[in-house]
Amino acid sequence: MERVFAALWRLLVAAALLGFVAPPVLAALGLVSGADLVNYLQQVVSGAALGCVYALVALGIVLIYKATETINFAQGELMMLGAFLCFTFVAILGLPFWAGALLGIGACAVLGMATDRIVVRPVVGQPAFAIVMVTLGFGFVARSLASVIPGWGTDTHTIVTPFANQIVALGPVVISQDHAAIIVATALLCGLLYLFFTHTKLGLAMQAASQNQLAAYYMGIPVKTVFTMIWGVSAGVAAIAGLMLAPIAFVHTQMGMIIFKAFPAAVLGGFGSIPGAIVGGLVIGIVEALAGFYLPEGFKDVAAYVVLLVVLLLKPEGIFGHVRKKKV
Amino acid sequence: MTDTPEAHAGAILRLRNVETYYGPIRAVRGVSLDVRTGTIVTVLGANGAGKTTILKTISGIMDPQKGAVHFRERPIQGLDPALIVKLGVSHVPEGRQVFPLLSVADNLKLGAYLRSDAVHVAKDLALVYDYFPRLQDRAGQLAGQLSGGEQQMLALGRALMARPALLLLDEPSLGLSPLLVKEIFAIIRRINAEQGTTILLVEQNANMALKVAHYGYVLEVGRIVFEGPSEELLANDDIREFYLGQKQQGARGRRRWKKRKVWR
Repeated sequence: MERVFAALWRLLVAAALLGFVAPPVLAALGLVSGADLVNYLQQVVSGAALGCVYALVALGIVLIYKATETINFAQGELMMLGAFLCFTFVAILGLPFWAGALLGIGACAVLGMATDRIVVRPVVGQPAFAIVMVTLGFGFVARSLASVIPGWGTDTHTIVTPFANQIVALGPVVISQDHAAIIVATALLCGLLYLFFTHTKLGLAMQAASQNQLAAYYMGIPVKTVFTMIWGVSAGVAAIAGLMLAPIAFVHTQMGMIIFKAFPAAVLGGFGSIPGAIVGGLVIGIVEALAGFYLPEGFKDVAAYVVLLVVLLLKPEGIFGHVRKKKV
Repeated sequence: MTDTPEAHAGAILRLRNVETYYGPIRAVRGVSLDVRTGTIVTVLGANGAGKTTILKTISGIMDPQKGAVHFRERPIQGLDPALIVKLGVSHVPEGRQVFPLLSVADNLKLGAYLRSDAVHVAKDLALVYDYFPRLQDRAGQLAGQLSGGEQQMLALGRALMARPALLLLDEPSLGLSPLLVKEIFAIIRRINAEQGTTILLVEQNANMALKVAHYGYVLEVGRIVFEGPSEELLANDDIREFYLGQKQQGARGRRRWKKRKVWR
């Protein structure tokens, strides 16, 4: 049975990759019209842009999970708060976009650190379910608090980015600069995070503390402080995701619901794998966009879960997962 | 240098009536011991005697309920582990505990986490590679892919990177082949002789430990029951029988298998 699933998994990956590259090839052979190809590519690009946002939220969840073995169900709300903070600095206080965005991201990072210290830390060591409830509860509270803060409220807001209403033309494919900015920014952020985790002392200490907490103590690494900083990094990444999502989906109190796309992304990639979270987010974003365009109404919303179920059936550990299967 | 236990003046580490608990279980029941500067001291004992707990109490991973731990005449019991590392105590934990997904070089770098003097750190890295040439060969490899012996070398080297005055070694021979054990102990002796690092060594391999150590303590169920210079311990009939596994010839040896001697 296992071998059948493994074979089916390889078949699925091959089919998916083939399906993904088929349209340009078919177009080159003249079997598909140029207009259809342009449509397809535009869906892929806009799906990838949204997928980047899923990926960043998933990345935040995975960072916290890898280090502290806490699953943060409030990661979506951290993103929502980050977006509102950026909105506050840019739209309400009228700061220049980049300054306001940086302040918003920084403020959200501080908020993430405070969440760890005040909300999560007291329940560490209690049964896992207690931590689940605490983060879920924090999410609910954050959502209702945001709706009563003056200037935030339950309305939808926008953050006007320098990229608004401009386009990038890659040959016949036209994409909005907002979408392009998301993809470029995500790539840059991933590169920066990679350099941070592999080349700075603090980044290495973060990796060390997540790999072997006790040994990190023996090295004199202040593990609790490092964990708090991981929450800060994670919340900062969430704020960036929120900032990027703002021009394509507005800022509102319910935007934290994106977690229902981010969790599948994280699980799809193999929960606990950072490249997995990125790839998972992209796959879900692209599949969703293509399903919305080519399939009947309604498929768009379930596409993420259909993909997740199929992948988990064939490869339960996720795309990049390493966990050995239990035999019984 | 005299090896009399009364000469406490030169002790870098002193434990006085230390009691440490795991919840309600008293693992260390009032231990007092001295580690003289520049020596290798070993604590012998069976499984569950409390050896590891003593080391954890010294390095601040566990806090003692009662008693005092003095490092360089300064009380350190209950301090933060990071502070104790900074004062000059490095702990090589039982079972290596390397960072499996980081490279050998990064593992070593993290050993010097609390140090900011880059020049001296680089010198110490060269020193570690000098002691363990095999680590240099594998500098880019993930620590989790090393063999058990190499991981033990890495754990030792990583602790040396903090440039400790006192090195706490917990069962460095655990799970290693006799040849590797010999190699590791030779290096431990070299580190002590060449760097002047004081070493507190916890071991089940009493034979090996007593061969490198200057002074030894025997721990049983959380209490020190015997202490003395290594030669004395090696010559002691009871120690030979219970910890070195050397049966005596004659009637006395044959009688003993029924009634195990305890010092309680």
